[in-house]
Amino acid sequence: MNLPLVNLTHLDDLWFQVGGTLCNLTCHHCFISCSPHNRSFGFLDLETVRRYLDESVELGVKEYYFTGGEPFLNRDMLAILDLTLKYGPATVLTNGTVLKPEWLTRLRDAERESRYSLEFRVSIDGYTAEVNDAVRGAGTFERILRGIELLVAFGFLPIITVTRVDDDADDAKLYAAFVRLLKEHGYARPRIKILPSLRIGAEATRRRGYSDGERVTGQMLDGYDQNLLVCSHARMITDRGVYVCPILIESPEAKLGATLVESLREFAIDKPACYTCWQYGAICSNVAVEAQG
Amino acid sequence: MTRIALFGGIYNNYLALEAALADARRRGVDAVHCLGDMGAFGPHPDRVFPLLRDHGVLCIQGNYDNSVGNGLGDCQCGYTDPRDNYFARISYSYTFKNTSAVNRDWLRDLPAQRRLLLGRYRVLLCHGSPRRTNEFLWESATSSAFLNYLCDTHQIDVICTTHTGIKWHRPLDNDRHFINVGVLGRPENDGTTNVWYAILSAEPNLTVEFVPVHYDFQRLAAEMREEKLPEEFVETIETGWWTTCLEILPGKERRRGRM
Repeated sequence: MNLPLVNLTHLDDLWFQVGGTLCNLTCHHCFISCSPHNRSFGFLDLETVRRYLDESVELGVKEYYFTGGEPFLNRDMLAILDLTLKYGPATVLTNGTVLKPEWLTRLRDAERESRYSLEFRVSIDGYTAEVNDAVRGAGTFERILRGIELLVAFGFLPIITVTRVDDDADDAKLYAAFVRLLKEHGYARPRIKILPSLRIGAEATRRRGYSDGERVTGQMLDGYDQNLLVCSHARMITDRGVYVCPILIESPEAKLGATLVESLREFAIDKPACYTCWQYGAICSNVAVEAQG
Repeated sequence: MTRIALFGGIYNNYLALEAALADARRRGVDAVHCLGDMGAFGPHPDRVFPLLRDHGVLCIQGNYDNSVGNGLGDCQCGYTDPRDNYFARISYSYTFKNTSAVNRDWLRDLPAQRRLLLGRYRVLLCHGSPRRTNEFLWESATSSAFLNYLCDTHQIDVICTTHTGIKWHRPLDNDRHFINVGVLGRPENDGTTNVWYAILSAEPNLTVEFVPVHYDFQRLAAEMREEKLPEEFVETIETGWWTTCLEILPGKERRRGRM
């Protein structure tokens, strides 16, 4: 059987697992089971990030993403974003519960001085406390909303990222309900991104994992626009080396090398979670790449 | 050749096109280039084509032109938001229906890119980016490293695009440049009703001038209403603020707008 091989066409997006697997929350749907106790991946320090940023310039990287765990548990995070905004646009994925006004003052100033955008993606998984807190933990709904209010007060327009935690959820209704909720909380022009869940890590236990039949095969890539796949245009930096994408850092085969140059090679997307990417396209990027006719 | 005018995104706004062509002629240029997307939001698509032909405008194909020319089901605009796609469908369906078969064939046969020499500069004209017709390259979301990479890969000194609807210019390493020439079809989300085109000169160093185009936007708005186009489109023409197709904007560009 031929493998579903995906080439890196160009390194557009460079991701940093800047928060490792450490998080102040323990969400039941987390695809890498981050928690206050999971230290399997560590923080990235400023010098490590600088080294990869410098390497990325040679490769023509277009934009940078930061995730974890919770990136803002990393004490270098403000300095890292300051530095990155000298290289290119930056997006940070946060749960929104630990943000402080003094940090946002500094980041607002850093963005003003930069030619590039600093984007925040804030995760919230239900438009009611009942739905969200069942996934993200008791009391988090209110704390996330405070975080969003704070970002908006500082002039940011966070992208509210909602994981479809219920298979039967109607996206249009979900979207409309979030628009209402966010407007009530002072976010007049909400940006909302609805994502499928990835049924690995904690999520495999919360609902179900992937069945044996849910695998991408070589045949399934025939005539498929590979630009839709994040592994065709991104790589992920961790404290253990460079991985193929932000999703698969717990798959040993997904580690492609110690440097970006070493990681610029094809990858077989036959891991269970690859099936969701294949179905939905580049779910990790701020803007999905559209297939072109 | 040392001085050219460039625009894109006409979006059926034949009144702005007329005004821009008259202005470019008055200023004196060696050639006029259109970087694609003749149709969209505005009224009477077929009024654009005679102007392009009569003035010898050198055109390339945008995603809209590719769709209309090949009879595709949608505009390939690259939006990801449901509301944006709703309005994009209305706009595309109106434009498709009102573009003659002759003009559709003409759109189908346009080249995707064009290379030219402007003074000592090797210039590449494309619609979205040199690698993808509908790629959005926003000023605040595109690193210089990436733009340098595009220049290296395509062995060019100047890249000219349109597609996003907002003009910008960034000088790059080794006297290379990236320029989004703006669009004639709708104002650029800044609360003014004028639209923009660009004049590039290499005499001998490259200079980029963005030229505001004032035209009879009230007449355009009236014609849009007569054609029963969505009030959201008309509002943009009358106010200068985008009301649709803006979910794709990055933070900085989006903050400048009102919606």
